[in-house]
Amino acid sequence: MSPNTAAGSEQQFSRRAVLLGGTMGAVALTLAGRMTWLSILEGDKYRVASESNRVSLRMIPPRRGWIVDRSGKPLALNRPDYRLELIPESIADLDTTLAAVQRVLPLSEDEIARIRSDVARQPKYMPVEIAHGLDWNTFAAINVNLSEQPGLQPLRGYSRVYPGGEAFSHLLGYVGAPTPEQFQKTRDPLLIFPGFKLGKDGIERTEDAGLRGKAGARRVEVSARGRIIRELGTRSDIPGNTLKLTIDRDLQDYAARRLGDNSASVVVMDCATGDVLCMVSMPGYDPNIFSTRVTKAVWEALQTNDHHPLVNKSAQGLYPPGSTFKMMTALTILQAGIAPTASCQCSGAYRLGNNTWHCWSKKGHGHVDMHTAIPKSCDVFFYTFGRQVGIEAIAATARKFGLGQKFELPLPGQSAGLVPDQAWKQRRYKKPWGIGETLNTAIGQGYLIVNPLQLAVMAARLGSGNAVEPRLIADAPRVPPPKLDISDEHLAIVRKGMFDVVNGGGTGARSQLQVDGIQMAGKTGSAQVRRISTGERSHGVIKQERLPWQYRDHGLFVAFAPADVPQYAVSVVLEHGAHGTNAAPIARDVLTYLFEPERALRTLEPIEAALAEARRKAAAATATSVASGTTPVGANADAAAGVSD
Amino acid sequence: MLNGAWTMRLRELPWLIILTIVALGSFGLVVLYSAAGGSLQPWALKQGIRFAVLLVAMLALAQVRLSFWLRWAYVIYGAVLVSLLAVEVLGRIGGGSQRWLDLGLIQLQPSEFMKLAIILALARYYHNLPRPFVTTLGGLWLPLVLIGLPAALVLIQPDLGTALAIGFGGVAMMFLAGVRLWLFGAAAAVMAAVMPVAWGFLHAYQKKRVLIFLDPASDPLGAGYHITQSKIAIGSGGLFGKGFLQGTQSHLDYLPELHTDFIFATMAEEWGLLGGLFIIVAFGIILTWAIGVALSARAQFARLMAMGLAWTLFFYLAINMMMVMGLAPVVGIPLPLVSYGGSAMLTVLMLLGIVMGVSRQRRDDMLAR
Repeated sequence: MSPNTAAGSEQQFSRRAVLLGGTMGAVALTLAGRMTWLSILEGDKYRVASESNRVSLRMIPPRRGWIVDRSGKPLALNRPDYRLELIPESIADLDTTLAAVQRVLPLSEDEIARIRSDVARQPKYMPVEIAHGLDWNTFAAINVNLSEQPGLQPLRGYSRVYPGGEAFSHLLGYVGAPTPEQFQKTRDPLLIFPGFKLGKDGIERTEDAGLRGKAGARRVEVSARGRIIRELGTRSDIPGNTLKLTIDRDLQDYAARRLGDNSASVVVMDCATGDVLCMVSMPGYDPNIFSTRVTKAVWEALQTNDHHPLVNKSAQGLYPPGSTFKMMTALTILQAGIAPTASCQCSGAYRLGNNTWHCWSKKGHGHVDMHTAIPKSCDVFFYTFGRQVGIEAIAATARKFGLGQKFELPLPGQSAGLVPDQAWKQRRYKKPWGIGETLNTAIGQGYLIVNPLQLAVMAARLGSGNAVEPRLIADAPRVPPPKLDISDEHLAIVRKGMFDVVNGGGTGARSQLQVDGIQMAGKTGSAQVRRISTGERSHGVIKQERLPWQYRDHGLFVAFAPADVPQYAVSVVLEHGAHGTNAAPIARDVLTYLFEPERALRTLEPIEAALAEARRKAAAATATSVASGTTPVGANADAAAGVSD
Repeated sequence: MLNGAWTMRLRELPWLIILTIVALGSFGLVVLYSAAGGSLQPWALKQGIRFAVLLVAMLALAQVRLSFWLRWAYVIYGAVLVSLLAVEVLGRIGGGSQRWLDLGLIQLQPSEFMKLAIILALARYYHNLPRPFVTTLGGLWLPLVLIGLPAALVLIQPDLGTALAIGFGGVAMMFLAGVRLWLFGAAAAVMAAVMPVAWGFLHAYQKKRVLIFLDPASDPLGAGYHITQSKIAIGSGGLFGKGFLQGTQSHLDYLPELHTDFIFATMAEEWGLLGGLFIIVAFGIILTWAIGVALSARAQFARLMAMGLAWTLFFYLAINMMMVMGLAPVVGIPLPLVSYGGSAMLTVLMLLGIVMGVSRQRRDDMLAR
């Protein structure tokens, strides 16, 4: 048995060889066992893993719901759009990826810089748009040449189109890519789907949930490199709901054209239902451009424009209502029991203590009672009787008519305005209310501020006598609005006053409707934007037309028509329009459009010709004034017409 | 007469083993055909030709006399060592890490031949060494140098897998030759002690592979991806597999190196546990036969060589299969006879040819010369 003999050596070799053979057998058993473990005992787990490798769920983004007007005409719709997106976290290297793109789709320096900054700025999982609006040939070339490039996604999506353009910009808003914050809040994978857009402003934003729809999914077999081998099944998307608005597309379009280059707002409402037929704020912006990508230059131009194209003046703009408020004061006076025949003498000024309150007419209106006070818009009458009824009663009436409040409307920004009273003054300034402040409020000045939408609601309530609520979405019919707590008799007196403003030789006499058998009742208003010093007043107040545009008064006008059976109510605010008499013709034409569109369109011809001329001149003036550095006064067609009272 | 001698020679061949080898090689071709998406190109056809040619070479090698191997053992070892050095130097000069000499159909890797040469050289060394000297210092230093030199050369290439194969092959030979067991124990202890130092000499990617092996989930999209995807391929095959040409892991490119190092996973996905057991059992038959040859061989040289070669073949198999099943780190070792590639196939068929030669001449005590 000694290992030192040949036989011993052979025995030892055999022992050790068998030991090694045993090791091999043990390893073989381990391997067989391990494989059994993997494929039988854990087989299900790995089958699932293999399936989830192989099968990829590709989201189908939902088509966004259309927005249509009251008669079904499209205001926002979708157009097929071929685009190329990049997902930064999936690419190997930005330079090589962009170089690969460049071979198929030439990109400008600016675009590359923009893509790079987007990639650097956003979280890596947010898709970055490389190009949109590609034609079919380019898109096909991209699909063939770049489909194996990781992180590049050629896709056929939809882009949002707003056929109405600028006229609907504030109302509808626009769509855009979700922000990283929005994704982090909801973790909805749809938000990082390349090319997905959601509502960023206006109705697109407030009604986004309904318009968005539900994403569908496609089960596809994909290779490790992400290439789709074949489709296994599809669950189609549920498109967003079509949203029907109360807006009349043609009317809104007309109103926008009628406003031209003015900085202005027009709101038209149905007196019976509260349907907002038109809510236009000019100038606007092109939502079609905003829904793709706004260049820095365009953005800066919009922001620095003194006509504030980014602000929805109809809902957000705040203006002293001026004389358009006098109906509120008048109703308060009547409600307080003061007879409509009660009168005062207007000498052009009203004294309170050591101060003088001026009437707009320097020489005065002489004998004025309720019947003449509204057509003549006599300030002294409203100073006199407004002081008698007091601020609390005036404020109460104003609130009944919708001033100083927000309405339930799908608008992202709505200003409430302010109807001041004693409690407010105390709260805000820690001072008691002054009688002078009542005088200011009585003629729609002072702390009082309203927005054009509220003025339209006021006009609709004056016309109908009901507490009409404005609405923008044409859903189920609403319960008829309750009657206002105002006597019909008093309303009739005020309506008669408004009728006389236009048809009885009042301040709106030049703006009678030219439609057979239909009259308009309205009220002009001017809101001062600068202080008139005593010195200036003694020398004679500077004529509005001589003032630079931005110091001119705002021109306001509220109206309803037909005057006998009010159907439509309108408010027009013409920023720096000098006087309400300049706003009135706009209201006239817009209302005319509702009754006789052809006639209204004929009126438009000379106005648009004048506008084109003014624009041409302004362009020429800009060209010559570049050296002197003066800004040409904006082409304000109505103000330029030089209407004065 | 010549005819008679040849037919006798043919009859002496271990046909069951040759059949098993052909079965394995053919199965490999089937898997390669599927891995290429149901095509002979680019792998199956080339591999088939190679296999046929090398199979003949194996049978030819089986005819070589043992005394030839004994006489030329050191020379062969020396030649391979020199070419290993040459590749290393040329690679350095060329600026890359070239490990092979291009011979057209096959790219020769000297490190592959070293796996065989080390067995030959050590068998030769222990053939004449009287037993008492085996565990003495004088008897130990030469084998250690013979093992250490090529292992170190291959390690710096860097090719950890092959270096380990050479090292373990050599150590197995020392074990079989009768080196005292306590020495292995002591060596293992020393190894454990120097492990932290050796760790520092590993390349970053090698360290990474080891770390990822220990925790594949730590890097699911990087290097751990290989192990994870391989396990998914094997696991999802189940008992019968997904069927020929039906593999998704392989055909959709989730499996890396699907035709070389990870061919076992490619196979297992389509043929399931049964396919895996077929390969394990087939190699089991070959190894059992080789061990049988070693045990029945008369001469020390013959039995050491047969057993050493069996161990070398086993080492290939074990490391490859353990790797694809997630039991060992990813080291670049192909599955013999099945994986695509000429070098490994050449080595293994040569190895089997030599064992067949031993089998034919196992009665030879090699003392006459």
